[in-house]
Amino acid sequence: MTLPLCEPLIYDYGRPGRGAQGQWPAVEGSAPAVPAALRRRERAPLPQVSELDVVRHYTRLSQLNFSIDTHFYPLGSCTMKYNPRACNAAAMLPEFLGRHPLASARHSQGYLACLFELQDLLKEVTGMQGVALSPMAGAHGEFAGVAMIRAYHRARGDLARNEIIVPAAAHGTNPATASMCGCVAREVAVGADGDVDLEALRAAVSPRTAGIMLTNPSTLGVFERRIQEVARIVHDAGGLLYYDGANLNAILGKVRPGDMGFDVIHMNLHKTFSTPHGGGGPGAGAVGVGPRLLPYLPLPVVGRRSEPTPGYYWVGAQELPESIGRLSGFMGNAGVLLRAYVYMRMLGRAGMSRVGEYATLNSNYLLTRLRQVGFTAAYPQRRASHEFILTLKPQLQQLGVSAMDVAKRLLDFGFHAPTTYFPLLVPECLLIEPTETESKETLDAFVAAMSEVLREAANDPDKVRTAPHRLPVRRLDDVRAARELDLAYRPAAS
Amino acid sequence: MSIIPADLKYARSHEWLRERADGTVELGISDHAQHALGDLVFVEVPTVGRKLAAGDACAVVESVKAASDVYCPIAGTVLAVNDGLDKAPELINQDPYGAGWILRLQPSTSLAGAELLDAQAYGALVATG
Amino acid sequence: MPFIPHTDADEQEMLAAIGVADREALFDEIPAALRVRSLAGVPEGMNEQQVLQLMQERARQDGRPLNFIGAGAYEHHIPAAVWAIVTRGEFYSAYTPYQAEASQGTLQTIYEFQSMITALTGMQVANASMYDGASAVAEACLMAVRANRRSSAARILLPRALHPHYRAVVQAATGGQGLRLEELEYLRSSGQTDLAALSAYADQDVTALVVAQPNFFGVLEDVDALTDWAHERGALLIAVVNPTSLALLKAPGQWGRRGADIVVGEGQPLGCPLSSGGPYFGFMATRQEYVRQMPGRIVGRTVDVDGRPGFTLTLQAREQHIRRGKATSNICTNQGLLMIAGTIYLALMGAEGLERVASACMARTAELVGALSRLPGVRALFHGARFHEAVLRLERPAAAVLEALAERGIEGGVDLAPWYPELGPALLVCATEARSSADIAAYAGALAEILAGVRAA
Repeated sequence: MTLPLCEPLIYDYGRPGRGAQGQWPAVEGSAPAVPAALRRRERAPLPQVSELDVVRHYTRLSQLNFSIDTHFYPLGSCTMKYNPRACNAAAMLPEFLGRHPLASARHSQGYLACLFELQDLLKEVTGMQGVALSPMAGAHGEFAGVAMIRAYHRARGDLARNEIIVPAAAHGTNPATASMCGCVAREVAVGADGDVDLEALRAAVSPRTAGIMLTNPSTLGVFERRIQEVARIVHDAGGLLYYDGANLNAILGKVRPGDMGFDVIHMNLHKTFSTPHGGGGPGAGAVGVGPRLLPYLPLPVVGRRSEPTPGYYWVGAQELPESIGRLSGFMGNAGVLLRAYVYMRMLGRAGMSRVGEYATLNSNYLLTRLRQVGFTAAYPQRRASHEFILTLKPQLQQLGVSAMDVAKRLLDFGFHAPTTYFPLLVPECLLIEPTETESKETLDAFVAAMSEVLREAANDPDKVRTAPHRLPVRRLDDVRAARELDLAYRPAAS
Repeated sequence: MSIIPADLKYARSHEWLRERADGTVELGISDHAQHALGDLVFVEVPTVGRKLAAGDACAVVESVKAASDVYCPIAGTVLAVNDGLDKAPELINQDPYGAGWILRLQPSTSLAGAELLDAQAYGALVATG
Repeated sequence: MPFIPHTDADEQEMLAAIGVADREALFDEIPAALRVRSLAGVPEGMNEQQVLQLMQERARQDGRPLNFIGAGAYEHHIPAAVWAIVTRGEFYSAYTPYQAEASQGTLQTIYEFQSMITALTGMQVANASMYDGASAVAEACLMAVRANRRSSAARILLPRALHPHYRAVVQAATGGQGLRLEELEYLRSSGQTDLAALSAYADQDVTALVVAQPNFFGVLEDVDALTDWAHERGALLIAVVNPTSLALLKAPGQWGRRGADIVVGEGQPLGCPLSSGGPYFGFMATRQEYVRQMPGRIVGRTVDVDGRPGFTLTLQAREQHIRRGKATSNICTNQGLLMIAGTIYLALMGAEGLERVASACMARTAELVGALSRLPGVRALFHGARFHEAVLRLERPAAAVLEALAERGIEGGVDLAPWYPELGPALLVCATEARSSADIAAYAGALAEILAGVRAA
């Protein structure tokens, strides 16, 4: 017997002839005819539903989701902090919302002032000399960063430099980005203490080295203590340093990537600067550069001039002739940029460093308590940064319960699972990042739940292995999803 | 315990080779490999007639958690590919050395020159892995 | 402290549990030389009231001019229900649906989105969105190179009549991967891509031909001839389309004898406000046989252990977090929230509603062109079929005219001189259903004054 979907498809609400007529434009004038050869022959099979059907359906769907607004979401490397509603209110002011991207300078000064100041704020907190805001996600920013590194070497006639060094624990976007830029990713080992292996790095650099991509703190949740030495090795070999800003929340206001020796960085505004994750975007991957890479910034960038008339303007290709070019149809995810700006203005100088401090406090506290109840830290001898890794390998070996199982059972307790199976270097791992906006009680409740799951794993392992039990669906068959592809609903021909 | 038939040759990258009576060679991935990948959902096979150099990536096997290249350890020309894998990629999981064969080729060199392991050596490799 | 809930008592308990004296001790692994001394360049923080006042001042500075600009971003009425639902915390603050059981809301919405995009475009599979229309075109070019086994040249033909920003993005985004991008001219008389220009490539290895419908000038192309030309030469056809127009225009899946191979476009017209340029979303759809070459996330329907239907991300093995260096793309975060807005918009409008919007846009643009070209010194170029944009030829530089219109609170269009100087002084104008006859009359009146040399009050 096939059970029904928890909430039917929107198509299931449809009836021929039904529609939200209140949304149709008033009829005025007549449209010129479309030539027969170019005309659509049959109406597209879209749903035919009333406005209440739509509101009810999508509201009910929303209620099937976990979200920061409803659940603690300790996803490592994702920085699931509170998304302040003030940021949304400001970005959705009618003048910003209704403004066309190609509007005249006369009608853009307020908006451009916000973006110009955002560029300056990001430069200040990261220690970089130039910022471009148009990349639309972290991976997009990475692409821009690596493309700028390549442009730099090519401009110097250094055409052989096409290797990007990547630590073995790196996020998958790093080698993927290297490929997209026509480079080859070269992995370098990480030591047992979590830091990059300097000997391996010395062996890996060569006249073919374009640069190195690093996160600091690293994806292992620990600070790269010898970063200045890493910078020296790579710079001496003629390469540049790229900073993956995914973990910036750990050091915001405490350490600046520019001071560590990085030549180019990307920031994830949807992580560190609290813009909403939206179920998979939109993000924003602003990039920052040191003096060597200033000429290559992607367009457009906001400038300020005092002649012929004072004001803000879009810097174009004439002023940045060596730019790597335009990466977005317009200027990136403008609304996301405004939200990040408002957030930074609310935090102010003192607020910035408190982000790093409390994110690190929450993380170390959580690590301490979880170890107390029986979990194994991957790097017990190190301070946690804003995140840390637990390895469940002991549990897997003794009880036959995996990191995936624990993650699924946590959902039953009302907590979104931490990141699982990343970084690939640590077997059966959970990467946990509480963020600074969570209270001590929430962290304690999480520890209680994790402790309970551990108890269950010992006494009733099947319950954990077959979790979740209390969600709208139980564990889904992803093998079937990939083998029997059903990627779109096809309404029956009427 | 993974199955390692004694009469086959193995590459370090977990492919197996079977020398057939007519001089052609059959290739697939080992039991250890299919187990590590998990349930296969798709197999991308090469075109018949393609010329492969030793070490070329000749196929891709995809599960929900990984998509891995399959390498051909010897040079040759692809004579046939297993069409059954299109509808039933799980054949590789169920019978990796029989019905789960991936391709057959006409080798252009003898197997002796290639860096292949016998069953015992491959077994040792898998045990330490 | 905004957003940080810790009391002094909380902090003391936590520090004691960890075994350190103060927060600073937690940074003891970081070399002292690297520690920030001061962030002098960051001003003091503001409370919510102060920051909203600041933003309101900035917004007031920009005002709300009357908008007649299209050029890839279109002002449409967005039903109030769309953003009321999209800004619900459960959608707004949710993460990427990697834990499928906890994300059925997002996943089912994506599945419905994929279904609606395939319906509109006449294709078989669609992904869960790309950053925007421009980057979707770039990804389509890279996908065509992967998917077209018969071609090895990596040669892509791009019309000059494709949005100049889109061409720039394709250039910047594919530069590192060895693609050969070649430009196709358009006919000065009709504004359509010149079919004769294709003959230069008749005997060459072409991997893909890109066709925009409508093109940047608002002009409708002969899509059947272009599609068949491409297929006859073993090239793939990449269609770049406006989703609103698809309510009236032939779906790319029906172009030519075999239909387009990859369809992309800018989804902004579907429920996304202009919002100063973004966030928007790109959409991509293709044939079933190319599904594994398609970048981005894809949602599939399946069942759980009890046989209950559910949704999950699928074909992830192609993506960056698994395939790494050999991934189809490095895309991770996409434009989820905007795609949800697009889905709700399409559900509300339906095919009939979208048809009426598209018709109203065409009627309004025709009215605008009529009103403006009646003025001395203004005439429309390209008299063939168009969607909802048109090119107007002026007798004086468009930049100054646009500046004068802006002074009068009207954003009159886009100056084409930077990209198409061969057209002479020219303007790209657009009127959607959001513009009334009164708006159009206001534009015509203002333009008449400007051309007659009357200064603004």
